[in-house]
Amino acid sequence: MSVKLSKGKSLTRPSAFKRDYYAGALMMFLGAGAAIEGKGYGIGTLTRMGPGFFPVALGIILIFIGILIAGSAYASSEPDKESFLPAKPEWFAWACIVASPIFFIALGEYAGLLPATFACVFVAALGDRETTVKQAAILAAGISTSGILLFSYVLKIPFPIVRGLWL
Amino acid sequence: MIAQALQDLWYGFGVAFEPHNLLWCFVGVFVGNMVGVLPGMGVLATISILLPLTFAMKPVAAILMLAGIFYGSQYGGAICSILLNLPCHPPHAVTCLDGFPMTMKGRGGAALGITMLGSFIGASFGITEMIFLAPVLVEVALKFGPAEICSLMLLGLLAGSTLARGSPLKGIAMTILGLLIGIVGSDIQTGMPRFNFGMLQLADGIEIVALALGLFGIAEFMNSVNQLAKVDTQYSNVRLRDLRPTKQELKEAAPAIVRGTLVGALCALIPGTGPTIASFVAYATEKKISKNPETFGTGNIKGVACPETATHSSVQGDFIPTMSLGIPGDSVMALLLGALIIQGIVPGPSLISEHPDIFWGLIASFWIGNIILVLLNVPLIGIWVKLLMIPYRYLYPSAMFFVCIGVYSANNDLFQVGETLFIGVFGYVLLRLGFHPAPILLGFVLGPRFEENFRRAMLLSRGDLTTFVERPISAVFVGLCVILLSAQIYVYFRGRKKITKAEENVRHQAQDPVPGVPGE
Repeated sequence: MSVKLSKGKSLTRPSAFKRDYYAGALMMFLGAGAAIEGKGYGIGTLTRMGPGFFPVALGIILIFIGILIAGSAYASSEPDKESFLPAKPEWFAWACIVASPIFFIALGEYAGLLPATFACVFVAALGDRETTVKQAAILAAGISTSGILLFSYVLKIPFPIVRGLWL
Repeated sequence: MIAQALQDLWYGFGVAFEPHNLLWCFVGVFVGNMVGVLPGMGVLATISILLPLTFAMKPVAAILMLAGIFYGSQYGGAICSILLNLPCHPPHAVTCLDGFPMTMKGRGGAALGITMLGSFIGASFGITEMIFLAPVLVEVALKFGPAEICSLMLLGLLAGSTLARGSPLKGIAMTILGLLIGIVGSDIQTGMPRFNFGMLQLADGIEIVALALGLFGIAEFMNSVNQLAKVDTQYSNVRLRDLRPTKQELKEAAPAIVRGTLVGALCALIPGTGPTIASFVAYATEKKISKNPETFGTGNIKGVACPETATHSSVQGDFIPTMSLGIPGDSVMALLLGALIIQGIVPGPSLISEHPDIFWGLIASFWIGNIILVLLNVPLIGIWVKLLMIPYRYLYPSAMFFVCIGVYSANNDLFQVGETLFIGVFGYVLLRLGFHPAPILLGFVLGPRFEENFRRAMLLSRGDLTTFVERPISAVFVGLCVILLSAQIYVYFRGRKKITKAEENVRHQAQDPVPGVPGE
């Protein structure tokens, strides 16, 4: 990694704020959360540990590691190679990927496996910039058919293919 | 001892050749290979996606199938990296360096043929290592008390997190996060719910499938969507007869395969050094002892043979601590161990005596599976090459469905699909912050047993922490942990000095690219 420096590329625009500050802060936050929540479970003594002992201990270690991560980023003169968001944020694609399981859950709960599968694949496929609506629909139809065959008829998982008010 | 081992092995072949076990081993290798070839699907993603299929099976069949999936997908990944220059699994990163130039020269088929040969030889050696070492290790391990188990686990966790990819500090952070995630659920001793955020569904803890599919499925899709460059398939037209290497190539590759086997076997013995390190060490060694190191990176067959052999040899060796001590060396092993736990099998030193069918059946099936792998790849290479051309934009939506249905089928619970989504988004944030989430799985799988043994050790020693250094075996493990940590700190400070030096150099001669550095 350090070789990359010698190309002189990363020296041109040193970013003042490094990703590792966020990384360290996130670890400190998670550690503190675990420690505070764990304290409520009862720490006990070293001989008779309560349910809270382990979470509190781990939380405190995690806080220290968070400090070390942020600290070593502060001490290092090496500029950050990347920023937190990628060069081209894919907001739409990310939204599609996040929406896909949500559709699966919602339609799976109220409409059954077939509509859930179709929506899940269709929505996820729309995330790609090149995929057209028609291609996404064809892919979704194909996966739905083979998926139902595999999971409902071969593996027999208990999930009604279609359910809801109209049945 | 040898007679005993051979007798056990014979028994193992009996188990592995039972028709339905053989069938599932075959299915595992086939499906693993098929999914592993797909560009963008790494070994971890492949195993996690296929893991739910094994829930309904008997433990022996399930573990044989998973092992088959594992090396099938590993070989598939090698195809992907040699023909497309696309390493989906870290150990293959070095294979690309010489594998892809060979493909461009039209010798990609030969590289695949050598890989096949090398991986079989490496794996065979690793299996032999396992047959003789595992029972010895078990005999020692059966004498371990909670203090020893605890410090051994600490060593495993530390080695697994600091020696993996990326910054060691972040690796440790991820392992601790994994330990914390492992706490979610009810406390074993008091039954008190911990970290369940008021949700009843979390009372049994987080499902390993949800964790794995979130981290290696959804997070990975978010990372790669619209990011993967169009794969270049113009060189990857490999047919059956291209697989045969020339005599010259064989002559060059043979010593490299032997060296790779040894490097891999050695790496397997050091805890925490999984296939990734083995392959990097193997490549570096091969380059160092070569008479003409400048040919490396331009399509030298040795540069393919040595690291690939080392990978497979060390992978088999990695099964030794996993199966005999119940301590996985890396995240792949953690996943396999998690699958065993789902099947209701307690990992640890008593596994071999309590479930000899699993242990010896698994060993025998390694051989059978590796032979199936060779037999499969020879006629099917044409089909695999076609699979390489499936674009990622069709792959990830389909994989998304398998993620959803896979998590659902684990407990027939849609709540866990949401859990997976949450973990996936969180995993993507971690990825963007420069964390590699793989050690989370290691911490997660070991966490509950680590806590249990720590508590027990403290109870036995009446709260005296010195018990860990007073008991000799435990002291050795703790000592190793200290050595490991101080080595990391030393490397960190030396590395920083180097960077400052390099920086000065750059300032002096700003536009002088270092020759011979492979472009990233």
